[in-house]
Amino acid sequence: MNREDFPLLGDDIIYFDNSATSLKPKCVIDKIRDYYTNYPANAHRGDYDLSYKVDQEYEETRSLVKEFINAQELEEIIFTSGTTEALNMVVNGFFAPLLEANDEVLITTSEHASNVLPWFRLVKTNNIKVNYIPLDSNYYLTIDNLKKVITPNTKVISIAGITNVIGDIRPVKEICKIAHEHNIFVVLDGAQMVPHMKVDVEDLDVDFLVFSAHKMCGPTGVGVLYGKKELLEHLEPMILGGGMNESFDNPHEVYLKELPARLEAGTRNIAGVIGFGEAIRYLKEIGMDNIHKYELDLRKYLIDKLMPLKHIDIINIESDSGIVTFNVTDVFSQDVAYYLNKYNICVRAGNHCAKILKSSVGVNNTVRISLYFYNTYEEIDNLVELLSDYDKILKEMI
Amino acid sequence: MNNENTRKIIMDNYLNPYNRLMPKGEGYVKANTRNESCIDNIDLYVKFDGDKLADITFMGDACAISISSTSIMIKNLIGKTKNEALEYILEFEKMIDGKEFNKELLKDACVYEEISKQGSRKVCASLPLKGIKKAILEFLE
Ligand SMILES: Cc1ncc(COP(=O)(O)O)c(C=O)c1O
Repeated sequence: MNREDFPLLGDDIIYFDNSATSLKPKCVIDKIRDYYTNYPANAHRGDYDLSYKVDQEYEETRSLVKEFINAQELEEIIFTSGTTEALNMVVNGFFAPLLEANDEVLITTSEHASNVLPWFRLVKTNNIKVNYIPLDSNYYLTIDNLKKVITPNTKVISIAGITNVIGDIRPVKEICKIAHEHNIFVVLDGAQMVPHMKVDVEDLDVDFLVFSAHKMCGPTGVGVLYGKKELLEHLEPMILGGGMNESFDNPHEVYLKELPARLEAGTRNIAGVIGFGEAIRYLKEIGMDNIHKYELDLRKYLIDKLMPLKHIDIINIESDSGIVTFNVTDVFSQDVAYYLNKYNICVRAGNHCAKILKSSVGVNNTVRISLYFYNTYEEIDNLVELLSDYDKILKEMI
Repeated sequence: MNNENTRKIIMDNYLNPYNRLMPKGEGYVKANTRNESCIDNIDLYVKFDGDKLADITFMGDACAISISSTSIMIKNLIGKTKNEALEYILEFEKMIDGKEFNKELLKDACVYEEISKQGSRKVCASLPLKGIKKAILEFLE
């Protein structure tokens, strides 16, 4: 779908690394160029037309995001540099002051490093415990398994909506329901979910949601921290400075601004936020449900073609997102990626930053194909043709 | 890789690498070496005898280029003095950076000359040399 919108796709390239980052459509690139060319002023500062336009565009993105994820208030949308920064803000600004020794945080072994390491630090600083919700034989998070590990000390469940290795969609709504019955907060890492399907924070009832613009046709260096307003009010700003204070005369009289400005210190990635707004308009136009459905059809097509190949071991045959991970018998994942690269096909090899997953999957490294709406059946045919010929892989992998 | 002979040397060293085993006996120091793309993971075990690299073995998973490069390096370095080894590493680095280098000294490691033109694989070929250099420099101190 919509291939003509992506300048790069005019070249002879097949891009299957969409979980890492997505391509950018021309409208987003143009929007960013327009800012730098025609109104490159700072936000929330000037009393002149150019700066006023910056404010309007910047805040327009906030309302686009609010509507996109169905948040209640504009103040619930904080712009960050990405998912990673947003997760660190939640952990350090909200949970570090709150959690005490022996409080428990539940994650899984398939979480991204960004949803593991900040919690690991709280183990050291606050003496909390990080426990794992066991995954089933498909590496899925099940409600039964969740129920088994909740204890009276459980305070937080912090999980990806869709994991970046297995690509399973977690039952977030049910998880939130159970969590809230036990007074547990839910942090949702939406990095792989928000770009690919409709996410409605009100319906899901998550407490915090984080995601990155660059995985959803937007620019790098921009992300979103959504939090329920009554919770965000208690999130301590980690970064202090311009734009977030109301007044300060001495160390004892510092007054901070209201949300969202309080959590957006310093000059923001203005061009990025404005470009992100355009990306959201663009995705809305295509329709998130259409995107999700098309990716599932593509995935099924790919799986059906890979399944008969004896030398291909698919790790996640079942999974309801556009992520397919596999290995080629006796070939190191990076060599497979290198082989495909010779034919201008971009795929990812490695552990995909989910380093602790290897303990459950038993393999260290995989090749990952991650699809987006601009991928096509013909591209998959090309890929499968190259993967079908085992001897060719062995011959051309170096 | 176009040259058949080059290909053969690399594949032979990948499929049957030299000294890919846990060291037998005492006195080995371990150096881990990780690729910047965080995939390749090779542990080198080095035994020094006075000024000499008496034995080197390795364990780990990595791509064909890293494994073969480790194998060739080990073959070429065993028995060398620390300074000779550092000289070898320097020549290898020159080769990978596309500069003039001493072919005689590098022997079959010259198969990676072409790699200097392939950005992503430079790191793989250099990986074991970075590891051993670290071990030598630490040991020298
Ligand atoms: C599940 C998940 N969480 C977090 C991240 C981190 O996102 P970013 O690098 O944009 O901060 C990623 C990106 O790969 C991801 O896939």
